[in-house]
Amino acid sequence: MKIGVFVCHCGSNIEATVDTAAVAAAAREFPDVVFATDTMYTCSEPGQDEIVAAIKEHNLGGVVVASCTPRMHEQTFRRTVERAGLNRYLFEMANIREHVSWIGKDREANTNKSIDLVRMATEKLMRNRPLFSKKFDVNKRVLVIGGGVAGIQAALDCADGGLEVVMVEKTATIGGKMAKLDKTFPTVDCSSCILGPRMVDVAQHPNITLYAYSEIEEINGYVGNFEITVKKKATYVNWDSCTGCGICMEKCPSKKATDSFNEGIGKTTAINIPFPQAIPKKAKIDPEFCTKLTKDKCGVCAKVCPSGCIDYEMQDEFVTEKVGAIVTATGYDLFDWSVYGEYGGGRYPDVITALQYERMLSASGPTGGHIKRPSDGKEPKNIVFIQCVGSRDKSVGRPYCTGFCCMYTAKQAILTKDHLPGSQSYVFYMDIRAVGKLYDEFTRRAMEEYDTKYIRGRVSMIYPKNDKLLVRGADTLMGAQVEVDADLVVLAVGAEAAVGASELAEKLRISYDSYGFYMEGHPKLKPVETNTAGVYLAGACQGPKDIPSSVAQGSAAAAKVLGLFSKDQLESDPQVSLVDIKRCIGCGKCIKTCPYGAINEMEFRGLTKANVIETICQGCGICTSTCPQGAVQLQNFTDNQILSEVNALCRF
Amino acid sequence: MNTSLNYAYYPGCSSTGTSLEYDMSSRAVCGALDITLTDVPDWSCCGSTPAHTVDHTLSSALSARNLDQVASMGLDSCITPCPSCLANLKTAKHRMEEVGFRDKVNNLLDKPANTQVGAKSVLQILVEDYGVANIKKKVVKPLTGLAVGAYYGCILNRPAELMQFDNREHPMAMDNIMEALGATVVPFPLKVECCGASFGIPRKDLVMRLSGKLLDTAKSIGAMALVTACPLCQMNLDMRQTQINNANSSSHKIPIFYFTQLMGLALGLTEKELGMDKLCVSPRSVLDALTSVENPKEKAA
Amino acid sequence: MKVININLSYNSDFVTRVEEESGQKLNHCYQCGKCTAGCPYTDEYDISVSQIMRLTQTGQKDKVLQSKSLWLCASCESCTARCPNKIDVARIMDVLRHMARREGHAGVRTVKTFWDSFLNSVESNGRLFEVGLLANYISHTGRFWTDAGLGHKVLPKGKIHFRPSEMQGKKEVTKIFMRFKEESAKCGAKKLPPEISSVSERKPHNEYIPELRLLSRVFKHRNLP
Repeated sequence: MKIGVFVCHCGSNIEATVDTAAVAAAAREFPDVVFATDTMYTCSEPGQDEIVAAIKEHNLGGVVVASCTPRMHEQTFRRTVERAGLNRYLFEMANIREHVSWIGKDREANTNKSIDLVRMATEKLMRNRPLFSKKFDVNKRVLVIGGGVAGIQAALDCADGGLEVVMVEKTATIGGKMAKLDKTFPTVDCSSCILGPRMVDVAQHPNITLYAYSEIEEINGYVGNFEITVKKKATYVNWDSCTGCGICMEKCPSKKATDSFNEGIGKTTAINIPFPQAIPKKAKIDPEFCTKLTKDKCGVCAKVCPSGCIDYEMQDEFVTEKVGAIVTATGYDLFDWSVYGEYGGGRYPDVITALQYERMLSASGPTGGHIKRPSDGKEPKNIVFIQCVGSRDKSVGRPYCTGFCCMYTAKQAILTKDHLPGSQSYVFYMDIRAVGKLYDEFTRRAMEEYDTKYIRGRVSMIYPKNDKLLVRGADTLMGAQVEVDADLVVLAVGAEAAVGASELAEKLRISYDSYGFYMEGHPKLKPVETNTAGVYLAGACQGPKDIPSSVAQGSAAAAKVLGLFSKDQLESDPQVSLVDIKRCIGCGKCIKTCPYGAINEMEFRGLTKANVIETICQGCGICTSTCPQGAVQLQNFTDNQILSEVNALCRF
Repeated sequence: MNTSLNYAYYPGCSSTGTSLEYDMSSRAVCGALDITLTDVPDWSCCGSTPAHTVDHTLSSALSARNLDQVASMGLDSCITPCPSCLANLKTAKHRMEEVGFRDKVNNLLDKPANTQVGAKSVLQILVEDYGVANIKKKVVKPLTGLAVGAYYGCILNRPAELMQFDNREHPMAMDNIMEALGATVVPFPLKVECCGASFGIPRKDLVMRLSGKLLDTAKSIGAMALVTACPLCQMNLDMRQTQINNANSSSHKIPIFYFTQLMGLALGLTEKELGMDKLCVSPRSVLDALTSVENPKEKAA
Repeated sequence: MKVININLSYNSDFVTRVEEESGQKLNHCYQCGKCTAGCPYTDEYDISVSQIMRLTQTGQKDKVLQSKSLWLCASCESCTARCPNKIDVARIMDVLRHMARREGHAGVRTVKTFWDSFLNSVESNGRLFEVGLLANYISHTGRFWTDAGLGHKVLPKGKIHFRPSEMQGKKEVTKIFMRFKEESAKCGAKKLPPEISSVSERKPHNEYIPELRLLSRVFKHRNLP
């Protein structure tokens, strides 16, 4: 094979600590290398043209590029060599940037290491064989997990784009956290008013199938051909006949059920509809609070239901959906702030979260939109808002900034003045993060027009003093400790990954960071893709963000899906395992060790042999290292190819 | 219950002086619970706050001498009633794990000290090793009718990484013991707020303000008495209560017990052996208000 | 308020020493103020604790070491317990106190004298002799009225002793102090901490104050400890 080697300067990224010309010179001496050069930017247009020209001029059979990580430009260069007429797998990359130039300043050592890496790459390349993708059909249906504003946006965009959409939402209604808000910043739009029509669109859209109160049980398959098992949790109400009239709620005698929609402010009935604009507007029974289901007494709802849709015998149901792509939009949950013993650790009823306060502000909330102290129901006069509770705090393992609390605190301070003109709000802040359009002006309004007193400093403790709460904080700009006698304290609690996010990630086979937020393909350039083909992200599951950003990501994910489905067939990755029937002894070890279940047994002339299902194989290589015979080999990473790299390196 | 609990006991300097009743009642309670205490032989002062504000090597050297004494007893841990002693002993052990510091400290000592010796508070071993449930079983005179607030003081549980006991903002050890003894525990909101520490002599005004606030809080929650686990806290709140009343124009008459004193009462020990007569603010009315008294009452001196 | 030239006024040796001796990184502090917010002694401080941190961050050595705040800190650990960046602020305050002493500063004289009297007592007796401490403090500050009102309350309780608690190894403790003073002198401390006279110079405790001498004679007759 005639090999060409291209060593990239990458500007000064590589050249500053690696003598690229020397690497190229050394490469020229390697067996089979007929051409070697160093270039300023190999990935640029002139750089790529140079590769194409060299292939043609020197009749090259394979190309090595020594530059950045393959994660960056392997695809780029594979297409380059393909344009020049070579099979794209007759190409190897040596990473002399992330693995060499960026990690040390010793030029001589770096150059030597680069030469070694190029040597390894050329040895492997000599053993590369052309590989050819197969095409497979794409099922042009998309699954959207999560019915919050990001999921709703993604679903509507896909549906409007002509695709069939399956939406799975784990609570009984879509709308997510946005549906819990009273108003949204910076326009102070009523949240339900702007979200409601979208929710109805989802319910009415002919292309969207909505499974509410359902969860993802299992995900099998691969991009273009996923098979999803959805668990429809038992609601004990037949949703086909339920009209959402609400008579059951009126008559239910069990009134101590946890009201999770209202964030635990007040209680609800065992059979309940979460809120008046819920979609689907159907009732469900919380079995642990239902007297009929726990003690076999009562049964009032069944008696009064005009549609006769109560079914105490209902079981969970499993359905299968086949889709070609998945958009994950599972949102966020609030940090458990009870770790802050200095704020009462949850023991003081008048210290609440901002989301609980939001439910109080909402006209359809448990207090009918009246702000009341949870302890005695009185109207508060002094309300203290504390920002950064569980954010920007290493001591509780949450060093990051949630990003939207400064904005919603300003909004809540403004709304408080509207609801209670005689009240005085105080906000303890460290910084004001107001980066969006009209955001900073909005926070200034709270300070300038609504007489909210902003105090720069954290709060050290809150303790009860008579029937008030003494808030002890600091005003660092004055350099003083300050005390406020508060009637109500609202904590801007930080966001963290949604409950169950990491378990779902395992099913989706996507990565998540140490906080449970899903990992995007590239933090700058691939915000809505994951490293798993066919799975996309949208909204706060990727990292806490405000509504406009969530909506934008929803649309972006939909665009990715529509792009994916623009072809009827997709190309498979040929870097999958292949069984050499002659060598296979049918021991079955590879079948047992494959994490994806991609190998099965087959019969060949009366003998048991292993068979790789190419479309499921993810190319991890575990079978290759397991096989005692060396019969199953991962294409493009065979034992011989890897050993040639080892031999190239360990020459002494 | 495992009756073979025995510990090396480091009394601390105030135990023969201003916190005599804490030492008396701790020993009495341990005796009643079959816990054997052996005094650390020839123990010396740990230096308390003044030593560590002057120099850390000096402070650790003073503590290291005592840790070595415990080691010479063939034991690897000791208990002490005083949180300040406890903090110094634990800090010395921890910091002397670093070779450079260890060498500097050993240079101040007659011989290098063995500091692989742990330390715990009396409260901690009663709760963790003996067990609150077991204490409850031994109660013969429940403290029914006593509304008591538990005040822990600032350093018993902080820093959490060092003291490694209970919750640093909302400790419950004494609350749980008091409840087991039959008392009515009134939640005390300023459990870990400093009382004024050792400023009683050089800056009495600080103690007047801080301890005064604690007494005001006790009154506002309806506590008949407070229990403490620290000699300095008890001294500031009890011995200086008249000074506080004068300085703040208040009229508090709140007895400040060491938790071991009330424990002893509930376990059936006499007022005399628990040093009840050593308290400055007379506990007479509170003790009289307790229902079901079996032993004849001993009048306070 | 003087204009500060950030470059010229930054004492980098000071900053390095504070970080070394305390084991803390000053640039971890983002000045949130939670320490000041929780400090029970802020009322008396001339410079709040978060501002002490700021002045230390910006290398303003003199202002920090001459402050009164350092001496009014009780090491109650509220700051350390609640710092969101897990900075041991109480330890930094301790280290600043050490440095202040070495440079000869004493923001609040009575506190320094009290601590010195305490250590004086430990040095000569091996254990704290409470009455001796009080006597020493009073003689150094001239504050004869200190806790005078408490005498009649506490004396009858038998908690006050006029002789120090006896221990065998008290010389071992004395030697710890001696060696410490030698080490400090070698390192060029301006005033030998603790600023106390050597053992041989002092008179026996019970001869320090006339009143105390009288009382001791009275109680000797009554055979009280």
